[in-house]
This record gives sequence, C-alpha cells and structure tokens, in this order.
Amino acid sequence: MTRASWLKLAPYLFTIGFFLLWEAACRVFAISAFILPPPSAIWAALVQYQKPLYTNAFHTLWMTSAGFGLAILFGLALGLLVGSSRLIYAGLNPLLVGFNSIPKVAVVPILVIWFGVGWLPPVLTAFVISFFPIVVNVATGLATIEPETEDVLKALGASRFDIMTKVGIPRSLPYFFGALKVSITLAYVGSVIGEQNASNLGIGNLITRASADFNVPLIFAALIVLAVLGVFLVAIVDIVEARMTGWAKRSQLGNA
Amino acid sequence: MSAFVELHDVTHVYGGGEGPPAVAGLSLGIGEGEFAAIVGPSGCGKSTLMKLATGLQRPKAGTVIVAGREVTEPIKITGMAFQNPVMLPWRTTLQNLLLPLEIVQPHRARLRANRAEYVERAEMLLETVGLKGMGSKYPWQLSGGMQQRASLCRSLIHEPKLLMLDEPFGALDAFTREELWCVIRDLHAARGVTVILVTHDLREAVFLADRVFCMSARPGRIIAERRVDFARPRDLDLTYTPEFAAVVQELRGQIREARVAA
Ligand SMILES: Nc1ncnc2c1ncn2[C@@H]1O[C@H](COP(=O)(O)OP(=O)(O)OP(=O)(O)O)[C@@H](O)[C@H]1O
Ligand SMILES: [Mg+2]
Repeated sequence: MTRASWLKLAPYLFTIGFFLLWEAACRVFAISAFILPPPSAIWAALVQYQKPLYTNAFHTLWMTSAGFGLAILFGLALGLLVGSSRLIYAGLNPLLVGFNSIPKVAVVPILVIWFGVGWLPPVLTAFVISFFPIVVNVATGLATIEPETEDVLKALGASRFDIMTKVGIPRSLPYFFGALKVSITLAYVGSVIGEQNASNLGIGNLITRASADFNVPLIFAALIVLAVLGVFLVAIVDIVEARMTGWAKRSQLGNA
Repeated sequence: MSAFVELHDVTHVYGGGEGPPAVAGLSLGIGEGEFAAIVGPSGCGKSTLMKLATGLQRPKAGTVIVAGREVTEPIKITGMAFQNPVMLPWRTTLQNLLLPLEIVQPHRARLRANRAEYVERAEMLLETVGLKGMGSKYPWQLSGGMQQRASLCRSLIHEPKLLMLDEPFGALDAFTREELWCVIRDLHAARGVTVILVTHDLREAVFLADRVFCMSARPGRIIAERRVDFARPRDLDLTYTPEFAAVVQELRGQIREARVAA
C-alpha cells in the first residue's frame, strides 16, 4: 500500500486500535465496569439508551449552535470594531483580557439567577465562552496588516473603508476560521456545563442524572456521543474554512 | 519654472519625531513629463523620498508640492511600484491588477459595467511584461521576478499622471530588465507621464532618465544632479557607446564621494 493510502486510513486504524486496547485492558486487569466500563459495555448502554441519548444530543446540538451563532455574530462585529481602531484596541484590551480570564463556569450561577433554569443559560454559557477567541483573532487579523500592503492602497487614495474591505477582511478570514475551530469546541463545553447546572434537558443534564444513579456506562455513552458530535462539528468548520480561505493554506504550501 | 513635483527643504523623522532624521534639507524639482532617476547609497532615504512625494508620509519640516498643490494626504494621481511586489495572496494576478481600478475614480464607477474592457487592458499590460496568460495564477504561484512585473502592471493600469518606481527591477535578470527598460521608455514616450525611478543601477538611470539625482548618505539630501541629453527615442545599443559609459563613470564617481562623506 502507498504512503498516501496509509495516511488516509490512519485515523480509522488509530481509533479502532484505541478502543481495542481499552477493551483488552479492561479484561486483562479485570477492571470493574463501575470504575471504567469496557467499550463493549458502553456500546450496550448506547444501544439501550439510544432514545434519550438521541433527543438530548439533539438538544445539546441546538444549544451549542445557538450560542456559537451568537458568538460569531457579536465576535465578528466587536472584532472588526476593535481591529479597525488603534484607540479602541488599546482601550478595550485590558477589559477583554480580564473578562476572558474569568472561568466561565463561574458565570453559570449568575445566568441561573437572571434567567432561571431552561434553555437560556446553556446558550449564553456557550456564547460567552466561545466569543473571545473570535474577537481576539479577528481583531489581530485586522491590526496586523503589513504597512506595505496598506501603503499600496493608500497610494491610490483608498479610504479606510476601502482598506478594510479590500485587505482587512479578506486577510483576517484565516484568523477568523482558526478561531471558529477553537470556538466551536468551546461553545460545546459551554452548553454542556450550562445543561449540567441549569437545564432539564441535554447531554449535560443526562450526565448529571446518570451520575446520581451511578449509571457509569451511560455516563461514558454520553461522553462518546459528545466526542462524536465534537468531531462532526469541527469537520464542518474545516470544510467551510477550506472553501473560504484555501489561498492561505496553499500559499504556505507554495512557500515551503 | 514651476515643477510638477517639488520638495522644499524637507526633513523627515520616522517614529513620531525623536531620533535621527531619515532625510534632511532635501530639495528637488521635477518638471511635468520629465523622467527623473534617483540614485544613492542604501539606506539614504530614497524610499522615504517616494513616500513623502506621494503623501504616504508627512514631513516633519518643509513642504511637498505636487501638481501645484501642497501634499497633505496620499495623492490620487500616482501609480506606485514598491521595492517588494506586495500582491494580495487571495486574489489572482488579474484581480490584483484590477485593484487600483476598484479604488481610483473614474474607473471605480465604470468598472462593473465595463469589466470586459478593463480585463482586456490588464491582459495587454501583462503581455507587454511577458506574463501573457498568467492572469489566472495566484501571486504565490509566480516567481519573485514575475510578481515584480505584475506589480509594475498594477502601477500602470489606471494610467496615472505620476509614476513612482522604487527599484522595480531589482529582482530581475539582466535580459528581462532590459526588456522592461524598453517597456517603461515607450510608456513614458507614449503617455507623457512624469516618472520618478529609484534605482541602484547607474546604467538603468542613465538609459531611462532625463535627469539623475544623487543622494547623500543618511540623512539623505540631493548632492548632485546630472542632466542626460541623449536624444530620444533611445535604443539599447546606446548603452554600449563610450559617451554613455562616460556619463555612468561620472555618476559612479559622485556616488563614491557620497559614500566617503558618510
Ligand atoms: N518605517 C520606518 N521606521 C523607522 N525607520 C525607517 C523606516 N523606514 C525607513 N527607515 C530608516 O530611514 C532610512 C532611510 O530609509 P529608506 O527606506 O528611505 O532607504 P533607501 O534609500 O530606500 O534604502 P534602500 O536603497 O536600501 O532601499 C533608513 O536608515 C531606515 O533605517
Ligand atoms: Mg528603498
């Protein structure tokens, strides 16, 4: 087999190998299913609870998408604003860094006080947690335009708006999509945390209930669902990114 | 005589005022339609002079006047080719060429409706610099010299009144370079544009220019000026005549003095 086809197969082989090792370890060391259930037990739980897993995963997906969508909207807007003005950049920077350092889990109780238990806390947690990488990256992309590139446009008499649309935005797209990849997983973390603490639905809530019942295989089954969804979401962002900013990757390959 | 591009006793300091000036007491005047070449040691402020003349940098002292008006912001009648090509990597070469037309009036308003006409113009320009059919390639698929040529086209596409060329041929081989000399020569003859060319190549300066200005080492100012009176149109063969060599020799001597004085 060629190296290329090995490369294609590698993700599947490694994943299957990982689960085989796990199964073998559980059997060889006779680990109790209560501590670490083997993949076969998790699979059984997946099949047994497929209905609740399915509806709750769907709910979590919704919460994540809603929070992520908000984060894109506001992150992009604030990022463009911050990146286009040195004054705003300097002024907002400490605030942004400060806000970003707050562990977002600590915000959930406030959200519960404000909005009660329901769909809003998970959406908002997903939003606040995934918002910052987008702002920071978009702003960086705009603020780091090479002076030479700016000169090319200025020498033609371009307005600031021209420079922003012709150079700033296209140039910050790779940064934006880079941020999306980080943000989508963060949004996901956010919605699950929100669900665990302030919702009656969703995978997060399912995990909370399963652990109250000491149903360890179900917890693991839920974790597997989360992992699969995560891979799926990142893959979507990857595809969109490749379509929008292929030039950035190819130009790097070209230089290499 | 009132000049088209005029610098009066200009001093420029980078980085907000403190520190040694990049150019000091710099004065020169270039007539409309004239071809001027600027030579001088590296780091003496030639690129700075270009930026001052186009309003990309504001002088700390002195005045810059272009086309009878004091320059207080980037002027819109220039085409500029910089020392490095600065192409936008997300645009194809053709789209890069069209960039000035998306900004400069009256083309900006006409571009959408007359795109085909402009694309044709761009492709003709590409052909003159030996990049025929390369319009659909991305800049990073072109070699350094090809990018440099494309950037030259970009500086010409909107038919500017003033053409500023900052070592545009630096990265090219001798043959392409001489070919492009002829492109620029013909362009200058046909359109009557005013050209300011920064170069390290004295033969290039003497072949193309009506006047060659020598700058001193940093802080730069004009220390010598040499009129070149060879009849136009000039042929490349001219560069192998003794008269031509004599002018080049003379300039070389002046530059050497400038470097020693530093
Ligand atoms: N953006 C900048 N900030 C600070 N100093 C600068 C900047 N650009 C140029 N300088 C300084 O100003 C001086 C003149 O620079 P300039 O680029 O005009 O030189 P040059 O004559 O074009 O040189 P070369 O022939 O090597 O291109 C240099 O000593 C350089 O260090
Ligand atoms: Mg220079």
